[in-house]
Amino acid sequence: MIGLQHYMVVSAILFVMGVLGIFINRKNVIIILMAIELILLSVNINLVAFSAFLGDLVGQVFSMFVLTVAAGEAAIGLAILVIYFRGRGTIAVDDVNRMKG
Amino acid sequence: MIDHASLLAVLPELILTVGGLALMLVAAFGGDRMTQVVNWLSVLTLAMAGAALACSLAHGPDAFDGLVRADAFSVYAKALIYAAAAAAILLAPRYFLAGGALRAEYPVLILFSSIGMGMMVSAGDLLTLYVGLEMQSLAAYVLASFMRQDERSSEAGLKYFVLGSLASGILLYGTALLYGFTGTTSFDGIAVAMSDGVGKGELFGMVFLLAGLAFKMSAVPFHMWTPDVYEGAPTPVTAFFGSAPKVAAMGLTVRVAIEALGPAGLDWQQIVIFVALASIVFGAVAAIGQTNIKRLMAYSSINNVGFALIGLAAGTPAGAAATMSYMAIYVVMTIGGFACILQMRDADGNPVESIASLAGLSQSRKGLAAAFAIFMFSMAGIPPLFGFWAKFLVFDAAVAANLTALAAFGIAASVIGAYYYLKIIKTIYFDEPAAAYEAKGGAVENVIMAACAAVIVFGYLLNPVLDRASAAAAASLF
Repeated sequence: MIGLQHYMVVSAILFVMGVLGIFINRKNVIIILMAIELILLSVNINLVAFSAFLGDLVGQVFSMFVLTVAAGEAAIGLAILVIYFRGRGTIAVDDVNRMKG
Repeated sequence: MIDHASLLAVLPELILTVGGLALMLVAAFGGDRMTQVVNWLSVLTLAMAGAALACSLAHGPDAFDGLVRADAFSVYAKALIYAAAAAAILLAPRYFLAGGALRAEYPVLILFSSIGMGMMVSAGDLLTLYVGLEMQSLAAYVLASFMRQDERSSEAGLKYFVLGSLASGILLYGTALLYGFTGTTSFDGIAVAMSDGVGKGELFGMVFLLAGLAFKMSAVPFHMWTPDVYEGAPTPVTAFFGSAPKVAAMGLTVRVAIEALGPAGLDWQQIVIFVALASIVFGAVAAIGQTNIKRLMAYSSINNVGFALIGLAAGTPAGAAATMSYMAIYVVMTIGGFACILQMRDADGNPVESIASLAGLSQSRKGLAAAFAIFMFSMAGIPPLFGFWAKFLVFDAAVAANLTALAAFGIAASVIGAYYYLKIIKTIYFDEPAAAYEAKGGAVENVIMAACAAVIVFGYLLNPVLDRASAAAAASLF
């Protein structure tokens, strides 16, 4: 029988993978965008699982809001990435270093 | 079914939404020559929203079944936010004109961000909290990378976006846990669920939520984005980031901590005390070696957030009132400080940002030098100026709540902070003059700078009003 704990563990694993994807990743910024999506989706799993087990609809409504915001966030992230690439000609993470201190 | 009376409570947001959308169309069809018109109309929209705050205050504390609050606290915070946003719009045109980026989208983005900030401070539910926070952040990411041709600006936008999204994710994970373990997303409901002891799941949710909020107000240990974003973003945008979103994030944190997590007070108090002390010490120490004035202001803002959090750490109505008074005074100092920084232009009108270029300013621009000195002395907390009163209030609240050690440590650390503020004054007044700045600042910059300086110098006359407003705002939370 799959219980609430199983969903929470899956969600936690995805969340940690997303966070690690941002910090360990040394390749390019697109992967960071994917990691951010992973974090948001892991939260959605949590919300929907809680909602189902509590018998309360708010969690599912919340997850709809999260999906919508995630779409907006991805659009803005890619737009910023495009102007960054135009100026710099690269999207490698190691090159994001004009400012230090 | 729409609850018509509730619409009255969100009238400021409605005005900003309609105004923002209409002005976006004006900007889209009119092009960049409409920029000045859009600028002034945006300020007018903010003023109208500010007037509509009376409406939402008259409506009473709850709207939309508790999703939105329209209490004295939200009105107080929104008044500050709208004023800071209007100042950020007014300060911008000369800077963007010099950089060739005078575009009409800037005021519109500030309006959209203001809607989000208004929702943040009047959130009564985790859902409102999240949507408001994201509205504020999404507009802010675009603002940070507003100077598209400038490499530093686009890099600032990218860094802000990545770290900001991570923080939103962390915060969201916390809200999901809180929802799961309390069974509700409303602040009141969470407080009720927590009143019979705080479980492990709730504790985890709370920590994640506070971590996300600490990021948004750039408190240590989630401050790492602040210096880069403040330095890279165009200076008017930095002025905006340093003022309005700080008030919104701080207001939101105070409300969540007291309204929703009130029963877990002893648990979050430890976190807030740690964050406050770490922010004060780190902000003060890391600022010492800086050579760029915007970077210095970033560390200064980290430092100030730490002081404001001392009031919250006290956890009393007096403490919350002190935090809100601190934010009001901090906003005036920040806007005034940036009105000075924006006037740092070389003889050709190009912006300069190095602290060394301020050397000998007292000989070429007496008024600007004096204003700089006033804001720096005030931020350092030197007594006759208003910044001292802000610090006094939070320390007073901390001592009254038996946090004497915290207050003593904070006072000691504020001496470290005074060092770098005084160093700027020393550079301005006692160093060999560097190349002179352009002879005159813009009229708007001068007016805002003088108004802020007047508030800082004669602020004690405002005390009856400020104290009463802060006390009423704090009382509506408890």
